[in-house]
Amino acid sequence: MELKETTQKTDRRDFVKRALAVVIGGIAGLVPAAAGLMVLLDPLRRKAAAGAAIKVTTLEALPKDGVPRKFPVLANRTDAWNKYANVPVGAVYLRRTSEGIVEAFNVVCPHAGCFVDFSAERNGFLCPCHNSSFTVAGKINPGSPSPRDLDALPVELRQDGEVWVVFQNFKTGEKEKVPVA
Amino acid sequence: MKMLFDWVEQRTGVRKLTHEALFENVPGGSRWRYVWGSTLTFGLAVQFITGIFLWMGYSPSAQTAWESVNYIQNEMYGGWLLRGIHHYTAQAMTVLLVLHLMQVLIDGAYKAPREVNFWFGLLLLQLVLALSLTGYLLPWDQKGYWATKVATSILGITPVVGGSLQRIVIGGADYGHHTLTRFFALHAGVLPGAVIALVVGHIYLFRRHGITAKEPKRKPDAAFWPDQVLKDAVACLAVLATVLFLILRQRMFSASGELGAELGAPADPSEPYSAARPDWYFLFLFQLLKLKVFAGSGEIWGAIIIPSLVMLVIFLMPFLGKWKLGHRFNLGFISCVLAGAGLLTYLAVAEDAKNSNYQLAVKSADREAERVKALAHSPMGIPSSGAVTLLRNDALTQGPKLFAKNCASCHRFDGSDGTGQPVKDPQLASDLKGFGSRAWLTGLLDPERISTTNYFGGTKFKDGKMSKFVKKEVAHYTPEQKEQLQKVIAAVSAEAQLKSQLGVDQQEAAMIGEGRTLLRETMKCTDCHQFQVKDQDAFAPDLTGYGSKAWLTRFLTNPGHADFYGDRNDRMPAFGEKQILSSAEIGLLADWLRGEWYDPGDKKSEE
Repeated sequence: MELKETTQKTDRRDFVKRALAVVIGGIAGLVPAAAGLMVLLDPLRRKAAAGAAIKVTTLEALPKDGVPRKFPVLANRTDAWNKYANVPVGAVYLRRTSEGIVEAFNVVCPHAGCFVDFSAERNGFLCPCHNSSFTVAGKINPGSPSPRDLDALPVELRQDGEVWVVFQNFKTGEKEKVPVA
Repeated sequence: MKMLFDWVEQRTGVRKLTHEALFENVPGGSRWRYVWGSTLTFGLAVQFITGIFLWMGYSPSAQTAWESVNYIQNEMYGGWLLRGIHHYTAQAMTVLLVLHLMQVLIDGAYKAPREVNFWFGLLLLQLVLALSLTGYLLPWDQKGYWATKVATSILGITPVVGGSLQRIVIGGADYGHHTLTRFFALHAGVLPGAVIALVVGHIYLFRRHGITAKEPKRKPDAAFWPDQVLKDAVACLAVLATVLFLILRQRMFSASGELGAELGAPADPSEPYSAARPDWYFLFLFQLLKLKVFAGSGEIWGAIIIPSLVMLVIFLMPFLGKWKLGHRFNLGFISCVLAGAGLLTYLAVAEDAKNSNYQLAVKSADREAERVKALAHSPMGIPSSGAVTLLRNDALTQGPKLFAKNCASCHRFDGSDGTGQPVKDPQLASDLKGFGSRAWLTGLLDPERISTTNYFGGTKFKDGKMSKFVKKEVAHYTPEQKEQLQKVIAAVSAEAQLKSQLGVDQQEAAMIGEGRTLLRETMKCTDCHQFQVKDQDAFAPDLTGYGSKAWLTRFLTNPGHADFYGDRNDRMPAFGEKQILSSAEIGLLADWLRGEWYDPGDKKSEE
């Protein structure tokens, strides 16, 4: 009888010790890991630059026959600690239609993010990665892996024939055009 | 569930292994004196975890190391905590290493059959110190840069291979990209790999031979789990609490206190750094080298031979311990080494505490660290040439230094040499604090003040035409003329376009306009000075744009130019024309004198 009581007491004391050892050891280990995770997840707290109108070129540089031409988009860019003024942040295809309207497409394929080529022979765009193909007006051709048309960007024609584009990247692989924010 | 566990157990034996680990016999029951090894294992685990996360943000190159560490420390969420834990756990580990070594020596755990394990431990001690040394350089701040230079120079005095060894370690003849890539590879790859291998061996051998029980045993034998584990866990938590305290301590006592580990200004080989010291646990070696006995060619004794001999004796302790008095000798020896190191550390700290130059250097280092942090955070950000250019091109940082070096032998700035230090030589030319401002010009046109050393007192213009004009005419001005003088002062001062007066200059544009007319027509200024219109006969300094950036730059370039003092120039050198200062330096000096620099509290400069 007496022996049993002692064992029970020891058991209870042992349980408390075990629980304490696990909890205290756990806290000691979790704090450094938590600090690391906070830093790891830091990118989730940062916003991408919002789309802003950027001067890309002038009408003079655009062929009148509707053939698209590629232009780099220069903007101020922040890369972690570095800030750069006027560096390429992406590229666009600009096209002057027969009606004199200027269309702009982001060069990034909406499928998986590759750089889309323009092919003069096909008179259309072709993605070199997975063969998504688009018409010269950016519409998707049937049988392409891309979920949507090329991403059209708003164009503003300002005085002296300046062509301004509201530059923006969009999430790839989705049916809807969702800005990367 | 049980089936799954059994399946895993049959294939891996993991349960048996855990059981063996947890139910290791502790002769005489758990004791607090056995916790040191576990706290060190804990410390290592913390360094591995935090180190890998830091790795994700660190970029080893001369233009990105400081920048990436600053980004972790000051911009990333929780970065200060992560870096703080890594930094202070490293320091805690050096203390724990000494405690562990002492416990092993006192308890005789180094004797047969545990010699090999003792040596493993000594190797681990050196690896951990090597990790501290390599890690100290990685932030590429002034402190780490200059302190590590000393360490690698010592490597260079090693006989025969020293020069080559040094070159291999720093990746070339001088510090640069490859110093960082090599130190980083050592710090995050080679050394941790070696540590893992040795720790595995250390723990294996420890388990093989068992705990060296402290006699007499106070209690019956017990298993490692849970009693000893609990004690170990409490000790680890205490280590972590100490580390967290060290991280937060400055903030606890002041709201603006720095959080976590310090980060100095970016390394700059052209900027002297008198505050360079190794981290505190290497101070004794640093102090040892300062002892007079090692002066001249004796350095190798203090830097290499003596520390190696001490290490050799410690390595031989298991054999020395076999003699009758061996154990006592070992304890005596290690006590002497620790006492000696403690004394040297104390001497190093005490010497620095008395050394006012060192104190000044520390203050100025703190100021620059604070400044570069603000510049890096500014909307201009860090250029790709690196943060070091931020300070080099910063008028607030460079202005005082340039002034102290080039101007303060004659001029003063607020009574000092520009950096806030008094000047021993007598003042020979004006005090330039607020040069061009209304207050400064009011003083110049004050009959009481113009001949003091703060204006013309120390120069040959003391009794010159301007001085005579002020003392003979201005002194007898009627109240109406005095009012006119105020307007003229406002007009001349507006020429400077000082940042500090932009508001008032704009508000009082009408009054300034009146002042300009008075200056040209009523007052006698244009008898000697030129103002806005070309005047061949003018022989005193041009008042057009007086004190503006362009004016000051030209003046500093050559004060003897016909637009300024001409051949009546006193002793002031033509800093630009004689190439005493570069045009960039003159620009910085002019900006600083005009109070023109990036101020984080200032909305204007954010545009």
